[in-house]
Amino acid sequence: MWMIAWREAVRALSRNPLRSFLTVLGVVIGVAAVIALVTLGRGATAAVQQQIAAMGSNVLFISPSRGFGPGSATVPFSVEDARFLEREAATIAIAAPAAATNRTVIAGNQSTTTQIVGIGEGYLAARQWPVIEGREPTPGELRSGAAVCLFGQTVATALFGDRSPIGERVRLDKLTCTVIGVLAAKGQSAFGSDQDDVVMVPLRLYHRRIAGNTQVRFIIAAVAPGYTSREAIAEVQQLLRERRRVAPNESDNFRITDSREIERTFTATTRMLTALLSAVAAISLVVGGIGIMNIMLVSVTERTREIGIRLAIGARAVDVMTQFLVEAVVLSLAGGAIGIVLALGASYLAAQALGFPFLVDLGVIALAVLFSAAVGVVFGFLPARRAARLDPIVALRQE
Amino acid sequence: MSNAAQPRTGALPLVVLEGISRVYGSGDAAVTALAGIDLTVASGEFVALMGPSGSGKSTCMNVIGCLDTPTAGRYTLAGLEVTALDADARALLRRYVIGFVFQGFHLLPRLTALENVELPLLYQGVKAAERRARAQAALAQVGLSGREGHRPSELSGGQQQRVAIARAIVTRPQLLLADEPTGNLDSARSHEIMQLLAALNATLGVTIVMVTHEPEMAEYAGRIVHFRDGRIEREERGGLCG
Repeated sequence: MWMIAWREAVRALSRNPLRSFLTVLGVVIGVAAVIALVTLGRGATAAVQQQIAAMGSNVLFISPSRGFGPGSATVPFSVEDARFLEREAATIAIAAPAAATNRTVIAGNQSTTTQIVGIGEGYLAARQWPVIEGREPTPGELRSGAAVCLFGQTVATALFGDRSPIGERVRLDKLTCTVIGVLAAKGQSAFGSDQDDVVMVPLRLYHRRIAGNTQVRFIIAAVAPGYTSREAIAEVQQLLRERRRVAPNESDNFRITDSREIERTFTATTRMLTALLSAVAAISLVVGGIGIMNIMLVSVTERTREIGIRLAIGARAVDVMTQFLVEAVVLSLAGGAIGIVLALGASYLAAQALGFPFLVDLGVIALAVLFSAAVGVVFGFLPARRAARLDPIVALRQE
Repeated sequence: MSNAAQPRTGALPLVVLEGISRVYGSGDAAVTALAGIDLTVASGEFVALMGPSGSGKSTCMNVIGCLDTPTAGRYTLAGLEVTALDADARALLRRYVIGFVFQGFHLLPRLTALENVELPLLYQGVKAAERRARAQAALAQVGLSGREGHRPSELSGGQQQRVAIARAIVTRPQLLLADEPTGNLDSARSHEIMQLLAALNATLGVTIVMVTHEPEMAEYAGRIVHFRDGRIEREERGGLCG
């Protein structure tokens, strides 16, 4: 009986394919939206996790401002603050001072605007960022502020193409320095900026010839082995509060971010977006369900005589009910299937375009199938019950 | 004929109506369609119900067919007291015991002749191969072999009624109910259909109750019951059997 009901339902619906398609459009859009969002969301999360791994794990970013918004005047860090942390904090293995700004780099007749980072001792080690060509600056060069620089991949390619930049002299503002190394490629940061679009110089050189002051904009700290970043954050926070004389009732005048926190922020954002758009999709599913109910009611009216005939030849009310419920479920499942196919196609293309991995969540697909079947049952119930409650004599008299 | 509606001697009663009334509506608007009918139809009989419109013959037919429930009285079909059964049980009686033929044929337009005939077997849960074979045999019985794949719109009125008869007999029912089966057909076609019904009654022994307003057609029946104002007015033997 069930198999037959399925086959009859498919046949009844394929008699009027355009109407059937328009009926399920709401379900198609709802299901497609959910699946596409979840698929892209998973891809984006995976991409961010890769980037965070590239940024270096167990690294703290300590900046002297409270947050991102406007606030009280910032008390800058000094090189001494970094040395103090490295010396005093047991949980910190390396604490490297750094500062950054944007400048134009000129090599021969090529030029590019990039981020100039002044790096203190231990910066590359803390960020786990190797030099793949040439060499790192020596501690002596860093201390004396020698006119040497390291190129990120993007800058090296922009200025020298396939040629090696090692040993070339380039101009940063009024300063001329020699390229001694090229950094390994890091890819995009969690915030979408190109980490390889960078030129690094000794911090001392940066202070003297580029910034004109001795401020440290941030300290990169590598957590010592055996400690968690949570323990390290707690210790650094306490040490810095003492050193910067923050009263017990005042909030921190600095900010500590660890790479995992960035990941958490991103995950929370993705989750919120997914939840919001899922709500929109749910509304679409409800609207789609109402569309199905509407057409099923029309169909019951149109087929009143057929129902009368079926009742006369021995269909029970429950048989008629089953027939129309199955029809509604077939409709909404077909809508769900179309939605899934559309969503996978669209999110595959989007993932390609955005450079995310294409990750299909089978659980969500199963859920979508379940949901669209449920939409059919819920919104098919009223029309099916109306059909089942028809009086056979009245139904047969219908023209 | 003394009292109305006595069964033929020697045959078992299939349909027994005792004091059946059917009143539509209530209060001042109440309309009495049947006012206490007693009627017994024996197994194997061919009975015609006649009367002017509004006389109650169609309501009587609907009660016998378990489509309508009487307001009062007792109806027994094949030994089962129908008036004590619920809607599902009555549907099962229609499924297994009764076959219907209607004036308007009432075939499903999008199904082929064969599929229309298979439909009652579908509800009986008969397997596909047997369903097909039995539907083909039923179509052959009504003289429609070779028309299995035609849709109702591709068949003449007489042929459509034959498909409907095949659908009614494919379940081998004990009782065949025909509601004005020749009402939409011309004279020649009508006689063919009546001959077919009479032949099925004679060869298969299926009991037939038929509603008609054409005396010519009623003559095919073994017994003619005349209705007037919701009551049985009189009864006579059918011309072909008398």
